[in-house]
Formats: sequence, C-alpha cells, structure tokens
Amino acid sequence: MSILEYNGAAIIAMQGDGCVGIAADRRLGAQLATIATDFTKVFRMSPKLYVGLGGLATDVQTLHQLLEFRMNLYRLKEDREMTPKVFSHLLGQLLYEKRFGPYFVEPIVAGLDEKTGEPFLSGMDLIGAPVHTKDFVVTGTCTGNMYGMCEALFKPNMNPDELFETLGQALLSSVDRDALSGWGGIVHIITKDAVITKELKGRMD
Amino acid sequence: MGDSAYSFSLTTFSRTGKLLQIEYALNAVANGRTSLGICAKDGVVIATDKKLTSELVDISDVHKVELLTPSCGVCYAGVGPDFRVLVHQARKSSQVYLRQYGEVQPVSQLVKRSAGVMQEYTQRGGVRPFGISLLIGGIDGDGTPRLYQVDPSGTYFSWKATAIGKNHVNAKNFLEKRYTEDMELEDAIHTALLTLREGFEGEMNSENIEVGVVRNGKFSVLTPEQIQDYLDEAN
Repeated sequence: MSILEYNGAAIIAMQGDGCVGIAADRRLGAQLATIATDFTKVFRMSPKLYVGLGGLATDVQTLHQLLEFRMNLYRLKEDREMTPKVFSHLLGQLLYEKRFGPYFVEPIVAGLDEKTGEPFLSGMDLIGAPVHTKDFVVTGTCTGNMYGMCEALFKPNMNPDELFETLGQALLSSVDRDALSGWGGIVHIITKDAVITKELKGRMD
Repeated sequence: MGDSAYSFSLTTFSRTGKLLQIEYALNAVANGRTSLGICAKDGVVIATDKKLTSELVDISDVHKVELLTPSCGVCYAGVGPDFRVLVHQARKSSQVYLRQYGEVQPVSQLVKRSAGVMQEYTQRGGVRPFGISLLIGGIDGDGTPRLYQVDPSGTYFSWKATAIGKNHVNAKNFLEKRYTEDMELEDAIHTALLTLREGFEGEMNSENIEVGVVRNGKFSVLTPEQIQDYLDEAN
C-alpha cells in the first residue's frame, strides 16, 4: 500500500459563479484503524485562500507549518496577501525542491483573487506538478469515487448555496464507498464577501 | 591621511559619528554624470547624460540605462563599473523571485534587495562602498508606477521626481517647478529632457543621452530615433 494512503483522506474543491468551495472528510486513521474523527486537512492560508492537503498526516501538518511560515514572511516583506496563483506556484516549488525525498502530500488549492475576485482552482501531485481547472479538483484515497460524483453533480455557474449542496453530497457519497476516509466532513464556501464554513455529519461508522 | 585618523577603515565611526568612506562615496556620486527620473500617473521615465571624455569612443555601445525585469529599469550616477555589479545582482534576484513565486518581482522588493547589497558593502571586510546612486523605475505589487533612488549607504527613497549626480541641486529645483500630480507619461518625458538639457555641457542630442520608459507596465530603453522625435517635439 502506498504511504499516501496510510492515514486516509478525501478532499474536493469546486468552482461556482464568483465563488469556490473546498470540502474534506475528518478521519485520521492508521491503515484500517480509526484514530481520530476531528482531523483537519483543509487550512485557511489567507482570508480568501484555502489549501487542502491529502496524504500522510505527519507531512500534512509539517507542510502546513512551512506554508504558514512562508505566508507570514511574504505578508511582512510585501505588505499584501499572496494571490492564489502565486501561492499555488510557491507550493509547487516547495514540493519540487524535495523531488528525491518528497512530502507525501497531494495538495489542492482553492481561492479567490483578492483584487479581481476571480476564482482559482489547482491541484498537484507530491512533487508539485500542477493542474489548473475551471470546474473541480479532487485528492485523497477515493479519487475515483470523487471524480464520479463530481462529474455527475457538477454544473457550471452554481451560486454559493448550490455549490455547498453539490460539494456536500459529492463528498458524503464518495466516502461512503471508501474505508479509509469519511467520519463526517467540513465544507468551506469562499465568496467575495465572506467564507461560510459548515460541518457535516455522515455515516459515523 | 589628511582628513582624519578614521578614514583608513570603512567600518570605523569618526568622532563626529560619521562614516567617512560613505561620505566620500556620496562625493563620487555627486561628481558623476546627471541622471534624473519622473514618476507620472501612468508610467515612469528615467534619463541620463552619457557624455564621455573623448569624442573617439563609440557612444552607441555605451549603456547607462538597463532593463532589470520586464516592468522595471535602472540608471545611475557615479562610478560606471560599479553599476554592472548591481545590475547583475538585481537581475539575478528578480529571476530567483520569478522562479519562486511565478510572478514578476515588484519594484519595491527589487529596491529592498539592491539596497541590502549596498548596505552590506558598507559593513563587510575587504570591500568599499559602491560609488553610485541608482534610479530605479518600475511597477509595484499593486500595479502603480514607482520611482526609487538608492544611495551607497543603502538608504532608499520613493520619489515623484528627482535627480542625482552633477548639477542635481539645480535639476531638482527645476523639477520642483515643473512637476504636477496629474502629469502623464508623455509630459514627463518632455520635462525630463528639458531638465537634462538645462544643466547639459554642450549640445544635447539623441546620441549623448539615454532614456528609459515604463509604459503600460512594460519597461523599454528608447532608441536614438525615438529620443530624436521627442527632442524635435520640444523644439
């Protein structure tokens, strides 16, 4: 089994009309044993920028700390927030720097550009090869399920409420057929004015 | 050792609290050919006198205005060879930034880096301060045009318009009279040429000056033909 699947994760980011959403499950496991059901894998990096880190939990936390460090330095040096585009590029660089001893993490980035309000989605593999999309990106231990659900439920230009519903349903249905992820979820909907965060209860078994 | 017992060491303060080597570096700048810059609301212009001591030098091969990033350029007053070292450093730092963030380095960041290097050369062993001041024009992180001056000590300022080198006091007075808040780029270029001509020794033409312009977020060095057009307009 790949080390990327040791702890289990399911994360989806999706684009709506002038908004983006990112949803993740809450399980932390050690192979098939569930250790915690309140684990955080989606992190707020700036008011309108979230990153989802799926993969080995220890690296998820280490990489999050490194990103937080770089964000704080950037804010002090440049006196402004990082745009999602720049953040995604930096993350890719940090991952590729460790090309031959990588963080076992496959991140996805979701955010709105502070100035233009333009939605941004990207995903990358553990050595930082990026993919930019205009609909949805997924990462975790049930990507097949998530792709299936997203392809079935996604429609362009959803409003924040529709986006929340779609993301929630896609996530919960995906993790129901995966033993390594699940135990409830969390959904962040990022709009121009505010970020709406809701916790979901799924099948808690 | 006419000046004092403190002039031998770069890093020793004199009794009056001055670092004499830095003062001498500023003298080197003040003796250099005039350079000036104006920050308009839609762009920046930097211009410099590049008259040489001999008529025999092929002046078309002398460059005092250099591109640093696609949106940012620099010129100087002072010791010529020192300029190349700083240009090399600035270009390298901007490429490191581009590789890391996937975005062109804002001019304020570039200035901070260059000023940092210049400061280091006032404190490190075995080196002397740079004998030049820089004028850096470019686009900042928020998209606004900016003009900066960096001195040998490592201090830097953001200016609406300024001049350095020989005659900089007169040139600054001239700019103070001519500068307006709502100045547009074309206006600024004309004012820059006029100011440069004011203190010029001999006839100013398209060959013996150099002009760099930030227009629509892009930096370019004007060709002698383009400069000639502006000079003709002014006459």
